[in-house]
Amino acid sequence: MARIIVVTSGKGGVGKTTSSAAIGTGLALKGFKTVIIDFDIGLRNLDLIMGVERRVVYDFVNVINGDSNLNQTMIKDKRVDGLYILPASQTRDKDALTREGVERVLNELSETFDYIICDSPAGIEQGALMALYFADEAIVVTNPEVSSVRDSDRILGILASKSKRAEEGKDAVKEHLLLTRYNPGRVQRGDMLSVEDVCEILAVKMIGVIPESQAVLRASNVGEPVILDEQSDAGQAYLDTIERLLGNQVEYRFIEEEKKGIFKRLFGG
Amino acid sequence: MSLLNYFRPKRTSAASHAKERLQIIVAQRRRGDERSDTLSAMEKDILEVIRKYYINIDSDAISVQLEQNEDDLSVLELNVTLPEDK
Repeated sequence: MARIIVVTSGKGGVGKTTSSAAIGTGLALKGFKTVIIDFDIGLRNLDLIMGVERRVVYDFVNVINGDSNLNQTMIKDKRVDGLYILPASQTRDKDALTREGVERVLNELSETFDYIICDSPAGIEQGALMALYFADEAIVVTNPEVSSVRDSDRILGILASKSKRAEEGKDAVKEHLLLTRYNPGRVQRGDMLSVEDVCEILAVKMIGVIPESQAVLRASNVGEPVILDEQSDAGQAYLDTIERLLGNQVEYRFIEEEKKGIFKRLFGG
Repeated sequence: MSLLNYFRPKRTSAASHAKERLQIIVAQRRRGDERSDTLSAMEKDILEVIRKYYINIDSDAISVQLEQNEDDLSVLELNVTLPEDK
């Protein structure tokens, strides 16, 4: 039985696909057989972030429609053992995802995989609802910024009312908060919501804080999930997030501003 | 923070503004969700009871509201408009 984790946020551009790629890769690095599914039908991007865009032959909608099987469609990652990508369709519209179709694919994947990561599209429409419907756990990606926090709250409401677990009255979807593009310097100056602020507002347990980092853009440019850049702050923060996801206690890093010299302290910069 | 900042007048930080606004929004949303589940169900039940034991009324003649006035005080308000000629 696989654990199904949705990476969602409501708002676009907060780092869902970056996080899905990093978390999926991180779980595979830990030895778990993992597949990352792109639910963003019509606007696929996971293939680019994972650097497999030239190996896409079939897609998720093909599998649902029975045009191809999973083995033909999933792309096996060449860097990490046990990591697979199921790309979204670039052409069809998002209503191509039927609940029965998605369920059938997830059930089949569940037989052989340990983790299924569902990379949700932005918004709260069909694609996003399908991505979260079957989830056991949800990672809500949030930027420390008003519109992102509000949208995250909205998504938390939907998880609590419109997921399969909610509809069937089972244990609730386990919610985690992943704060991305965090800038400790701006927090210290009072210009940005802090980790504690966001936790208090949303009342959800934090699973990771990813600092705003040059490494994220660099990683996406070359099509390599940022978690493989172990030298980078963002890569290390994602590695810590994986530990917490697996139930281990890890100290938070990169949430305090780096110490500046006396000169900078006095004259700013 | 640079030395110059010490001479500027103190302002409430932008982040605390953001936090305050978000707390209100989130509280409202969560109340709204609760309402849609519990209160609408209660409204329906009360309506049925009144129809069964007292008088047939329209479904819009009844309103149930829950207000959180203070931290430790909530008011449940039930309003039933009865038709004039029985």
